[in-house]
Parts: sequence; structure tokens; C-alpha cells
Amino acid sequence: MAGLVGRATRDALLKVPGAVQGQNARMMSSTTARNMKRAAVVGLGGLAVAGTTIYMAGLNESKVYASDMELHPPKYPWPHKQFLKAFDHDSLRRGYEVYKNVCSACHSLQYLHYRDLVGVIFTEDEAKAEAAENMVVDGPNDDGEMYEREGKLTDRLPKPYPNPEAAAAANNGVEPPDLTYIVRGRHGEEDYIFALLTGYKDAPAGVKLGEGVHYNPYYPGGAISMAMALYNEIIEYSDGTPATQSQLAKDVTTFLAWTAAPEHDLRKWMAIKLTLLGTIFLVSSFFFKRHRWAYLKTKQVALKK
Amino acid sequence: MEIKKYFYFFLSGYFSSFNQEMKPDQNVFQKMFFSLVNLPVPPNLTIMWNFGSLLGTCLFIQILSGLLLACHYTPDVSYAFDSVVYIMREVNNGWLIRSIHVNGASAFFVCIYIHIARGIFYHSFFKKHTWLVGCTILLVLMGIAFTGYVLPWGQMSYWGATVITNLASAIPYIGTDLVEWMWGGFCVGNATLKRFFVVHFLLPFMLMALSGVHIFYLHETGSSNPLGVDSDGEAVPFHSFYTLKDLVGIVVLIWLVGVVCLCFPDFFSDPINFNPADPLKTPTHIQPEWYFLFAYAILRSIPNKLGGVLGLVLSVAVLYIMPFFPKGYQRGIQYNIFAQSLFWGFVGNFVFLSFIGACPIEHPYDLMGVVSSVVYFLFFPLYILSYLSWDYVLMEIIHPGEKKTHVHVFSVARSVYLKLKNIVSSW
Repeated sequence: MAGLVGRATRDALLKVPGAVQGQNARMMSSTTARNMKRAAVVGLGGLAVAGTTIYMAGLNESKVYASDMELHPPKYPWPHKQFLKAFDHDSLRRGYEVYKNVCSACHSLQYLHYRDLVGVIFTEDEAKAEAAENMVVDGPNDDGEMYEREGKLTDRLPKPYPNPEAAAAANNGVEPPDLTYIVRGRHGEEDYIFALLTGYKDAPAGVKLGEGVHYNPYYPGGAISMAMALYNEIIEYSDGTPATQSQLAKDVTTFLAWTAAPEHDLRKWMAIKLTLLGTIFLVSSFFFKRHRWAYLKTKQVALKK
Repeated sequence: MEIKKYFYFFLSGYFSSFNQEMKPDQNVFQKMFFSLVNLPVPPNLTIMWNFGSLLGTCLFIQILSGLLLACHYTPDVSYAFDSVVYIMREVNNGWLIRSIHVNGASAFFVCIYIHIARGIFYHSFFKKHTWLVGCTILLVLMGIAFTGYVLPWGQMSYWGATVITNLASAIPYIGTDLVEWMWGGFCVGNATLKRFFVVHFLLPFMLMALSGVHIFYLHETGSSNPLGVDSDGEAVPFHSFYTLKDLVGIVVLIWLVGVVCLCFPDFFSDPINFNPADPLKTPTHIQPEWYFLFAYAILRSIPNKLGGVLGLVLSVAVLYIMPFFPKGYQRGIQYNIFAQSLFWGFVGNFVFLSFIGACPIEHPYDLMGVVSSVVYFLFFPLYILSYLSWDYVLMEIIHPGEKKTHVHVFSVARSVYLKLKNIVSSW
């Protein structure tokens, strides 16, 4: 056994001491790389076996309770999630209609201005008209008094309640969350929002809910204060699209994805540019480096007897 | 004129820097410049030696993007979250600057962990001064990352700060006072946020200085190399061989960070941090960023609070003792299949610990965390054994009976080995 080990390793070991053998550097490095790969396979394989054993031992003792169950949302094929796809702006416009007519009764979009809607959902004139629908308290004027005026593009979208306490008092003691970052602020992102909006069910046997609380298996814990808000034909779309529950949920989720990441389309456009420029820089820097190293890499050393 | 000339030489790939020797009439900047340009470097450094320059690039990117963010950030609990939203929505390309800063931090840790792993694999930790300064750089970087994570004042920022600063309360006698001193009050609040911002702003400059010391000590001894042999017999100038090689690595790094920032900006972030901090609402599952998860898992695996904190500190501080490990005959474990298996097992265990740190504290993850934590600390003594014993076995084969420098530690192993050898030879 020792002889085998010795034969297997002696050649490699004998190259180590003494003077540098520069011409063998690349060869030795590639040998090392192969050894590293082999070691990685061996090490990770061993770890996998050990981990699986521990995991199986753990599972053997673990108990499963019905109350532990939390339904994860399925993956939906959101078009804007694809690498080369921008937001569907028709869907964004419909989503805004859903928010305005349904969600805005309880939820705010406190970081969104009417000017943000220009060129995305509305033309400038449409956005001005949309803003002008609201009366905004402004001031003080030259006489030191507050006054009301029509909304402008620079105004934020109005909040449904004057303060958080009023919001909580009107909603069973729980303030409805602001929706600007709701998509990026929840695990599962768009999938979770869509599943939540369309996932209301009757509470299963054995589940007791408090007054004003509803059952939704996608909500952590199952008990949610918000009642089901979207029904078939609850609003009428201005573009004539049939307003089914799933269509409403899809459009408002897309709209909320945009409010959370208004830079989305620009971001992807920049990603395409970066891919092209990065490839050019990478290839040119690589070949420049390779050109400089060529004489060193192809150097040969001859030893005279 | 002089600067223009040097710049031109730098751009040209054919500048033979060995000819540009230091002269007495050169000023200090010229001397520093030529000491970098002329640095003799082993010709066989692999891509694993690129991560030092990548870390320097990360530091530069983080400081630059951080300064831009600091122009608009407001360190006040009432405005911090809104100022971050302002940066992301109103500042020109503010979303991109913030994304670069957030994901740049992750890139920084990826590079530094690979850099440390390379040091362990090729025994760079025997360069004592360089390694010890490097360990300090890691600790300072962790401090910067932690204070930076608090600044957006999201839910995870607030609760992360509360949990981690509370750990200091485990220190006997002074713990509670220390925590209140850090907070600047009786809970994490406005004073905490302001001082964390100051610390987060200042520490990177300390990191720059430490990096300079790190490089200074490295240049005292020179780089190690993949063969683990003395490279004095054959070296090449740093410029332009390694400036160009580092440039390729820097382009790859910037490209990768750019792809993450533009295609997956929230990949390394916790969604909960998009919710403003609420001291009355504890998140169901509090966890730090991915780069702290291994230490966090070790912390949670020890039931005693002080013990957990010690485990957490030791998980990083253990690197400080590595320069004092006994030296083997070979420099590195590139020819040692047993030590390599151990090393890659350690890497796998590190990843596994990070996974456990992200899991809730419940069965079976708690048990797995304990086992994995023990394996983490066992690696270090076993690693010494693996390279010393392998050296001993090989040397016994090549020079049987000769007195070795490290054999005393392995007298038991030696007797076992000789018995095995007798059995095999008797067959």
C-alpha cells in the first residue's frame, strides 16, 4: 500500500523542491486544477452524504402540524419578467383603473405623483385632467390661510385617510399598507399579490376566524382583514376588455409592479446595452492580455548537457 | 509632461518596466509608482490571484456610489426611508446608484471569501503580517456592511440592528451599559441611526488605509504562487502582465455586477426591507444579509447567549490564529488529496451553514446547525493534521528513517504507519 502511494506521488513531490521550473508552470497549474476538481467532487460528495444522513435523521423525528401549512403561490408567466420584455402598458392603464376604482378606497400610493403617469399610462393632457379631479389643500397664501385648489401633475396621488389612526380605525384596527412597494416588499412578488387577490376561500373545518377577518390560504396564518375585493365585472374597463376577476387581478398586479419599479423598462434597455458593451470590452481586454502574455506562454527553455 | 509620459507608457502594453529603475532624483510618488510597476511577480499566478485587485475595485465602486448616495440620504428615523425612496424615484439614475451600492456589497463579500479561501488553500496565511491585516480588513468590512444595512431604516434594518447590537449585552458586567452606549439611548433610535451613518461613512476610508498596509506587507515578501515554490528565480514585472490580467478580471466583475443590478436588482435583498421600520411589529423571521448567515447560524446553534456570541466572534477571529499554525514541508495543499477533500468539505459546510442561517429555528434545522457549526470549527485542527501528516507520510517514503522537524507531533501516526508498512511488505 505504501509502495502504491509512493509511486503515485513521488513524481509530483520531486518536482517541488529546488529551483523554479517556469516552463512547467502551466502544466502544473492545469494538473492542480484537475486535482481541485477531483477534490471538490470528493469533498462535496462526502458532504452531501453526511448532510443527507443528518437530514433524514432530522426528518425521522420531525412532526407535521396542519397549522404549519402555508400555501406558497404558484409561478405565473408574467410577460414583463422575461429578459427582453417591457411592461404591457395597456395592462398598466387597466391596472390603474382597478386601483382607482377599487383599491384606492383603503390603500394609498404615497410615493406616486401624477407626473409619473405621463408617458406610461396617460398622455400629459390626460394626466393633468386626472390630477384636476382632486381638490388639494395648499398654502398658506399671502394672507397666511390654507386654501383648496385643483390637483396638478406635481401632486402625489391622494391618500384615502387623513392619518394612520383613522385608517386603522376604519379597518378593524389594522392600517391598510401603502401599495407603492407592495410587490417588491413581499416574498413571491407578483405571484403572491395575484394569488392573494384571487385566492379567497371559505375557511376549512376547524379554522375559527375573528369578526371582520377572512380566510385566504396564501396570507401567512390564513386570517386576513381585507375582504375579497375583486369580482367579475366589478368595474368596466375603458378599453372594453372583459373585467373577469383574474383579468382585474392580473392588471392591478402589473400596475403595482410598475409602481414598485418605475425604472423597469429603462433598466432592461440598459441591460441590453451593457451586454453588448461588456462583450466588446471583455473580448478586447482578453485578447490584449493574451497578446501581451503570448511570448511568455510560448517560451521554451532548453538545457545544455 | 512626466505624467503624460507615464500614462502613455501605462496604456502601451510594451513598456518594459524593468528598465525604469528607481533613481535618486525621483520624488515619492514616482518611487511609489515604479515600485508598483516594477514589482516582481511570479509568472504562473492563476485567476485565483485576481481577487485582490477585484476587491480594490469593489472598494472604489462602493466609496464612489456611497458618496453619491450620501448627497441625498437623510440619517433621521422620520426621513431615512423616505430619503431612500427619494433617491430611487427622483434622483437621476438614483435607482442605479443604490442598486450598485447594494449589490456591490455582495460582490465585495463574494470576492473577499474567495480571496480568503485561496489564502487557506495555498497557505498564504503564513505571510503573517499580510494575513493579520487582511483579517482586520474583513472585520472592518463586516462592520461597514452591518452599519450600512441599518441605514435604509426598513423593517429588517431596524430589527437586524436591534438583534445584533443586543448581542453585546451578553458581555458580563459591562454588556448592558455597552449596548445603551452604542444605541445612544434605551433602544435603537434616532441617535443610533445617526452614529451608524457616521461610522458607515468613515470606516471605508480606514479600509482604504488598511488595504494600503496590506499591499505594503505583501510587497515586502512578494506573492505566493500555485506551485508553492520559491519564485525568485523567475519573475515578471507587474506591469503590464498583471495590470492587463487584472483588467480582464475587473471587466468581468463590472459586467457581472451590472447584470445583477439591471436584471436582478433585488436578488440579494430581503423583501421585508421595502417596508418602513416599525418598532411595534416584529418580523416573523429576522435574518441578516447572506454574507453574515454562516456566523448567524453558529450564533443560533449555541443555546447559551454568551456562548453564542463567542461562537459568532470566533467564527471570524479563528482566522487570526492561522499564521501561527505549524508549517509543513509543502506550501499549499495542491498535491494533497486528503487536505483538499477537507478544504472543499469546509467550503460546502460554509454554504450549508449559510443555508441553515436563513432557515427558521425549528427541527431539523436546529440539529443541522449544531452539527454544521461543530464541523466548521473542527476544520482548523483537522486541516493542520491533514497537511502535516501527509507531508510526513510522503517524506517517510522518500527519505525513510531521516529525522524530520515535525515528526514529534506524529509519533503515534508514525508507529501506525510503520506497522502498516511492515504488514504490506510482508505480503
